[in-house]
Amino acid sequence: MKVSKEEILHIANLAHLNLKEEEIDTYILHLQDILNFANIVNNAPVENLDITIGANEAKNVFRKDEIKIFEDNEALLQNAINPEQNMFKIPKVL
Amino acid sequence: MNITDLTVHELQEKLKNKELTITDITRAYTDRIKEKDPEVQAFVTILTDEALKQAQEVQAKVESGEITGEFAGIPIGIKDNLCTKGIKTTCASKMLENFVSPYDATVIEKLNKENMIDLGKLNMDEFAMGGSTETSYFAKTKNPWNLNRVPGGSSGGSAAAVAANMVPWALGSDTGGSIRQPSSFCGVVGLKPTYGLVSRYGLVAFASSLDQIGPITKDVTDSAMLLNLIAGYDEKDTTSVNLEKKDYTRALKNDVKGLKIAVPKEFFGEGINEEVKSKLYEAIEKYKELGAEVKEISLDIAQYALATYYIIACAEASSNLGRFDGIRYTYRTPEFKDLKEIYKKTRSEAFGPEVKRRIILGTYVLSSGYYDAYYKKAQQVRTLVTNEFNKVFEKYDVILTPTSPTVAFGIGEKSNNPLEMYLADICTVSVNIAGLPGISIPCGVDSEGMPIGMQLIGNKFCEETILNVAYTYEQATKFRENYRPEFKGGVK
Repeated sequence: MKVSKEEILHIANLAHLNLKEEEIDTYILHLQDILNFANIVNNAPVENLDITIGANEAKNVFRKDEIKIFEDNEALLQNAINPEQNMFKIPKVL
Repeated sequence: MNITDLTVHELQEKLKNKELTITDITRAYTDRIKEKDPEVQAFVTILTDEALKQAQEVQAKVESGEITGEFAGIPIGIKDNLCTKGIKTTCASKMLENFVSPYDATVIEKLNKENMIDLGKLNMDEFAMGGSTETSYFAKTKNPWNLNRVPGGSSGGSAAAVAANMVPWALGSDTGGSIRQPSSFCGVVGLKPTYGLVSRYGLVAFASSLDQIGPITKDVTDSAMLLNLIAGYDEKDTTSVNLEKKDYTRALKNDVKGLKIAVPKEFFGEGINEEVKSKLYEAIEKYKELGAEVKEISLDIAQYALATYYIIACAEASSNLGRFDGIRYTYRTPEFKDLKEIYKKTRSEAFGPEVKRRIILGTYVLSSGYYDAYYKKAQQVRTLVTNEFNKVFEKYDVILTPTSPTVAFGIGEKSNNPLEMYLADICTVSVNIAGLPGISIPCGVDSEGMPIGMQLIGNKFCEETILNVAYTYEQATKFRENYRPEFKGGVK
C-alpha cells in the first residue's frame, strides 16, 4: 500500500488538520505500515456475511421529542472562548 | 493497620465495626497520594481538600443517621475521560486542558448517590488512544512494580493508582483492552463489561460501538461490587440494555467444578512471551485441579480482529473527535483569519501525534475509494468474529487467554513505532469487536517480578460466570498475599 504526499494532505484537509512539512513523511510511513497490516481483512473468509454496525442487535430507540431545559447556563458557557451575551462567539462566516 | 492496603470490602468491614472512620480512610489516601504520586504520576487532578471536606460532611451525616448505605464515604479514583461536574475532565489532552463538564456522567451520578468520595481524575493515553499512557499530554504514568516501565493503557493512571494504593478502586474505560491490559501490567483486577451493560453517557467518546466503562480493583469481590454500582439501563444511552438488576457478588461461589473452559491455541502462539505462556499453563492446571473441564480449541480470529479493530475504532474516532473545533471546548488557536482556520489550527495545535494519526487513518478508511476495501470489509469481519465466538460459547462457558502478549514494557520502548504498539493489543481487541465481557486477573509474576495477567472472556451478559471463574482462581492462589508492587527503579 503506497500513500502519496498529495493523498495524505487531502486526507488531513478532510480531517481539518494541518501537517507540518517535516511531519508528512513520518505520517505517510506510519499510515502505510498500518494499512499494510489492516489489509489482512481482505483475506478474511467473509463471503456472504452481513456487516455488523454495533456490538448489539441494531434496533431503533424512539422517544417523544420533548424539550428539556438545561438550566445551568453558566456551567455550559464556562467552556466557551470569549462568550458574549450568554452565547458562544465565532468569527464571521459569511 | 495499613489502611490504603485494604480492599473496599475490608474497608467496609472496618467502618461497620467502627475500627475506622470515613475521615481516617480519606486522610490515609490523600497522604498516600502525596507520598507516592510524585513518582508514579497517576493523577491529572488531585482533589485533596475537596475529598477531606466531603469526608467530614459524609461522616457527620452517617453519624446523625441522615445517610445510610454501605458505600458512603468510600473513596474512588476516576479516569479523566468521565465527565465530572465542576471538576476538569481533560482526556489527558491539551484540547481539553481546561474543560469543565456542565454535567456528571451517569456512572458518576450513581457513585455520588452513594456518597462516595472522589479522590481525583486519573491519567490516561490522550483520548484513550494508546496502550502505555505515554500519549498523555500531561505526564507519563509509571508502573508501581517498576518505575522504568509503562503502566499500560489507556487506563494506565487508574491501574497504577490502584496498584500503588493511592485509591482503593477506580473506574476505567475499555475500547480495545484499555481496562484489562493496564490491569494486567499493574497486577490488579480489571473488568470490561458486556457492551450495553453500563451507560456510556458522559464518557468522552472514542469509538462509540466499542467503548465500555468498567471497574479496576484490588480483587474480584471489589470488582463485582463496583459493577453492581455502575451497571444498569440509562435512557440517556440508547445502546444501554434494559436487564433485570443483578447482585454480582452473589455469583462468587468459589466453585468451578464441571465448568467448561476453552483455551484457544492461537492465543498461545508466536509473539506470546514464554514466561507469560508458562504462568498461563500453570493457571490452566490449577483450574483442572479445581474441577473445571479445560480443552484446547481453535479460534483463529485474533489477527483479523486486530486489523478490524484499528479500522473501526479509528473510523469512529475520526468522526467523534470532529466536535473539537476550537469553539466549544476551551482551547482555541490564538491567531486565525476565518472559521476554517480556527478548526484546522486549533486541532493541529491541540491534538497529540497519536490522536492525529488515528484521525487520519480513520478519515482515510472512510474516504471515497477506500470505504469498501477497509471499512465495509472490517464490518463484515466483525460479523465473522462474533460468529466464531458464538460457536465457542455453544460448547464452553469461558474462554481463557493471556491478557497481553508480554508483561509491562519499558517507557519509550515502543513509542516510536505505532504498529508495534497496536500489535500488543492482539489478545484483548476481539472482545470489544464482539461486545463480550472480559476480565483480567493477575496469575503470577515473571523472573523480573513483573505481574502477568490472565484474561477470562464470557458470553454476552455472563459477567457472573467470568467473575466466579476469576474469584475461584483468586481464592485458590492468593496473588495479593504473595506479591506487592515495590516501586523499583526510577529516578530517586
